[in-house]
Amino acid sequence: MHVLGLIAYVSGFLSTALMLGIACMGLNMQWGKTGLFNVGVAGFMGIGAYTSALLTTPASAGAISSLGLPIVVGCFGAMLVAGLGSLLVGALTLRLRTDYLAIITFGAAVMIQLVLLNATRYTGGALGFAFIPRPFASIADQPTLFAMVTLVLLALIAAGVYWTLEQLVHSPWGRVLRAIRDDETAAISLGKNATVYRLQAFAVGGALMGLAGALQAHLIGFIAPDDFQASLTFQIWAMLVIGGSGSNAGALLGSIVVWGIWTLTGIVAGSVFAAEDQARAAALRIVLIGVLLCVVLVRRPRGLLSER
Amino acid sequence: MNLQFVMDGTLAGAMIALGAIGVTLTYSVLQFSNFAHGELISIGAYITYLVAAAISATVIGSSEALAVFSFGWNVLLAGGVAMALTGFLAWGLDWLLFARLRAKGMAITLVMASFGASMALRAMLELVFSSRPLYYTQDLQIARAIGAGILVTPDQLLLVAITATLVGLLYVMWAHTALGRAMRAVSENPALAQVCGIDVPRVVRVTWYIGGALASAAGLLLGLLVQVRPQMGFEMLLPLFAAAILGGIGSVPGALCGGLIVGLSQAATVQFIGAEWRAGVAFVILLAVLLIRPNGLFGRRS
Repeated sequence: MHVLGLIAYVSGFLSTALMLGIACMGLNMQWGKTGLFNVGVAGFMGIGAYTSALLTTPASAGAISSLGLPIVVGCFGAMLVAGLGSLLVGALTLRLRTDYLAIITFGAAVMIQLVLLNATRYTGGALGFAFIPRPFASIADQPTLFAMVTLVLLALIAAGVYWTLEQLVHSPWGRVLRAIRDDETAAISLGKNATVYRLQAFAVGGALMGLAGALQAHLIGFIAPDDFQASLTFQIWAMLVIGGSGSNAGALLGSIVVWGIWTLTGIVAGSVFAAEDQARAAALRIVLIGVLLCVVLVRRPRGLLSER
Repeated sequence: MNLQFVMDGTLAGAMIALGAIGVTLTYSVLQFSNFAHGELISIGAYITYLVAAAISATVIGSSEALAVFSFGWNVLLAGGVAMALTGFLAWGLDWLLFARLRAKGMAITLVMASFGASMALRAMLELVFSSRPLYYTQDLQIARAIGAGILVTPDQLLLVAITATLVGLLYVMWAHTALGRAMRAVSENPALAQVCGIDVPRVVRVTWYIGGALASAAGLLLGLLVQVRPQMGFEMLLPLFAAAILGGIGSVPGALCGGLIVGLSQAATVQFIGAEWRAGVAFVILLAVLLIRPNGLFGRRS
């Protein structure tokens, strides 16, 4: 029983890490491959999570939505809406200087947070959105099997995203992106419209963040505005920088490493600190990751696995 | 129509302007948008709290309310000390983190580092002080009517006067002294400024001192009028950026006007639409500026 519990725990841990890894690969498409600075990752994940929740939650007492569409439809809907949202934000700011994109995406995340909190009729407000369907719910009474099957599903999705992105990166489209990132003037003089390519990359990245948000909603079955705070954006950034921006494998590795540090320090804090000090312990963990991020930026800017 | 939002907006605008001047100066002199600027406001507010508590513990009677105000002279003195310390800390953060990245020539990485630093500093404040709010004074003030349906407390009037004095002094320095001219020169072209014999590292240092000191003053205002919390500065960050960009990056008068416009819009939103949408005002203004006039009201064409 003890071993089964451990297997369930590790499977759950890896499922979450892979879900975050998908958002991290989306950020890698924007930042690592194209040099676009998005400080609103959590906002785009929030859009995806709530879109999928609205589409898939079946009618029941206390449920906000009653569409009850399949989870797959929810995930594609999440990618579509988050992708279109990114397109809109990008179209407004990509022709301006790079810092403005950072500020606008930060503002967009604040705005999304505000809508999630205040559009109570569609989001449940601060109390959150419950009764979101989980995949394989029929075997939820066997926790170990349930966790393992969920992990296999997440691994397949993450592998699919990885494979697709690698194909994209090595396609002519990906080469143009790299050319624009490394030497914009040269790429433009060869007749490539830099803004259009950037917009496309930004939308692809945003769609992946939306997918990750949808998966988070279906993994847990419950979402609330608090799940999509700036600290989530910060964690995804730490994952990409530590893993190695520019590399999709680095993004996945970084997700597992940073989520591992986060989980382990959580276990340690849980046993060392008293219950009333848990909020402070969480703060200590954020300081730890923030310092780690800054040290990696200064000491090893290419991260663990850099772009080949 | 009730004009209360004019008073509330002016107060909010004063706080935003103090922070936005720092943002606009670091942006123009160092060429990056500092996401950790909000934390300088929080740090200034906490240092003020600690120093004020230390003074009131050593000097008996220092925390007794002055004349018509709700706080003692210990808070004002502590505010001054905190401005000096926060300015120094801002420069220290630059030395520890940003200068190293600047030396490697990675401009956008600076923004990321500032985002990480913001997160870490805020969490550190929560670690040390917990998220329980603190107050400089327990006194409550009765607001007085000054006509046109506007209510105001003596504290509020004093704080507006302090802000006006600080901004006025800074403007004179920025517009009329050799140091201010050097700052403007570096923001226009650092290499050329260096060739002309301007001490660029000194300009960078002064920029951080000023930005940190004004942020600390904003923290004092916010702490006196609302409360001191680890999140207080971070929640100001979007209004700061909106004010700096609306005013035009690099312009001190612009940051002041931008701050007042953002503050008044926030107060009007609270009064006429609903307090729950207050935090969205800055974003709407930001979008409008970027669409209609990306260089801002007082900005140069880039």
